[in-house]
Amino acid sequence: MNHNAIVAIYQYEMARFFRTLLQSFISPVVSTSLYFVVFGAAIGSRIEEVEGVSYGAFIVPGLIMLSVMQQATSNASFGIYFPKFIGTIYEHLSAPIDFLEITIGYVGAAATKALFIGVVILITAGFFVDLQIQNWPAMIAFLILTCISFSLLGFIIGIWAKNFEQLQLIPLLVITPLVFLGGSFYSISMLPPAWQTVAYFNPVVYLVSGFRWSFFGMSDVPVLISLGAIAGFTALGLAVVAWIFRTGWRLRQ
Amino acid sequence: MAPIVKVEDLTKRYESGFTALEGVDLEIEEGEIIALLGPNGAGKTTLISTICGITMPTSGSVSVGGYDTVRDFRKARQMIGLVPQEISLEPFEKVVATVNFSRGLFGMSPNRGFVDDLLRKLSLIDKRDTKVKELSGGMRRRVLIAKALAHEPRVLFLDEPTAGVDVELRKDMWDIVAELKAQGVTIILTTHYIEEAEAIADRIAVIDKGRILLVENKADLMTRLGAKELRIELAEPVDAIPDSLAREGLELAPDGRALIYIYDTRSERTGITRLLADLQAAGLQLADLQTKQSSLEEIFVGLVHQADAAPAKEPAA
Ligand SMILES: Nc1ncnc2c1ncn2[C@@H]1O[C@H](COP(=O)(O)OP(=O)(O)OP(=O)(O)O)[C@@H](O)[C@H]1O
Ligand SMILES: [Mg+2]
Repeated sequence: MNHNAIVAIYQYEMARFFRTLLQSFISPVVSTSLYFVVFGAAIGSRIEEVEGVSYGAFIVPGLIMLSVMQQATSNASFGIYFPKFIGTIYEHLSAPIDFLEITIGYVGAAATKALFIGVVILITAGFFVDLQIQNWPAMIAFLILTCISFSLLGFIIGIWAKNFEQLQLIPLLVITPLVFLGGSFYSISMLPPAWQTVAYFNPVVYLVSGFRWSFFGMSDVPVLISLGAIAGFTALGLAVVAWIFRTGWRLRQ
Repeated sequence: MAPIVKVEDLTKRYESGFTALEGVDLEIEEGEIIALLGPNGAGKTTLISTICGITMPTSGSVSVGGYDTVRDFRKARQMIGLVPQEISLEPFEKVVATVNFSRGLFGMSPNRGFVDDLLRKLSLIDKRDTKVKELSGGMRRRVLIAKALAHEPRVLFLDEPTAGVDVELRKDMWDIVAELKAQGVTIILTTHYIEEAEAIADRIAVIDKGRILLVENKADLMTRLGAKELRIELAEPVDAIPDSLAREGLELAPDGRALIYIYDTRSERTGITRLLADLQAAGLQLADLQTKQSSLEEIFVGLVHQADAAPAKEPAA
């Protein structure tokens, strides 16, 4: 394993993040505040409580998940797409590194950025609602695993994409709807029974549910199933990345 | 001594079905400078990319320093530095950061002293903390060289290092190459400037349509293929070559003031002694004598045309 290469990729990616630190910081703070105004104040005044938790607090885990998933995917996909686009990928392809080093470097950096934004949102939310976190280790574990697995997904999208449109396509068309329909702002039990069944095919439901459990001790699906789902999702992503690098798909001709 | 780069029966067929390299064999000795010459689309970049791991070989094998570039890719690539044909650099990054990145990517721990030295040698030290987008084209090319040298490679590939570079910078580049050679670095460069190959290479390989047409010591190549031209300036112009002088290879210059004799340095008898004796017998007064060797360019153009004229071998369907 080429440790120096992992460090080099990770630092290089993080440097890009720090160059735009203010933007990286402000946009989640502003959007979280907006969500609180819209969902917390407008809708929250009608829905007082969800299963014993104030609506404002109830949406916090979903809000964090929404941003973390979007940020992880877009950071990781851009991170690997950019060198492909400007041609500097030749260096990665000719370096004494394997898929593990590239993946750990890029996915690690994207996950770190997403984690940072997740934490910023958590702190911002703390100003609006009274937050209690029942299970810290589980909360941290879910947050980190989500950052990693969605960064992996973004990484795959970045390798797959042949142009900027494709790069935006999946996050826009697949991830955002899945997250909105995944119980970020409501409990699955609030849906009509038919839609509840449909919801269980949405992988994001399991992630949001597990994450919310670590806050409030209540969930739509048993927490172990959530944990299994996210572990399975991560493993699948890793397997796809391993296959990509073994075959050189979309990278090596 | 075992060659440092060994290419055996290498074939590269792109996904489009186009065969860019066919049965290429090439051995490169440690410490030499070899120039790859060939027209656009000959397969020079493809050959370099396949050795460096950017494209996968369809069949055949490549080893660098004795390590197979597929099986032992880590050890093989560790020895290689590559300056690509296209200038591709991240515009918002600082020079020193992008060089450090290359060094790390190739598994080396940071070394500020070494990197600063490298930048100094490439006259980039003033631009150390400048963003790439603020550099001129020639400077960017030197940044690419710095990146390629950042991990102290033993073998350096330069894919058209002097394309679009002014005369002065080209000379600088040649000096850099000479210095690297003095340090024992093996250099493989492609170029369209034949005078460049003539000036710095030890050996020349000519490639066309994915096949190596020839690999030869530069000096040998020039004497072997090089026809020499003897120009005999006459004291008094003549209208025609006197019959007693007529022979193959002898022509009269259009103004009638000189005779031009083309001869082959390879043949046992060049016929010069005989010609000069006959000139004297014919009573012609000589004003001056000059000989000229054909340039690599002429040799190269001759070779590629010869290959084109040869009937193309169709593989059995
Ligand atoms: N990715 C690719 N897919 C299909 N064909 C390709 C690809 N890359 C190169 N080729 C073809 O392979 C041939 C050799 O290309 P290559 O870039 O190796 O030539 P070259 O000798 O470096 O030329 P130049 O002097 O113009 O740089 C060309 O006909 C080119 O069109
Ligand atoms: Mg080329």
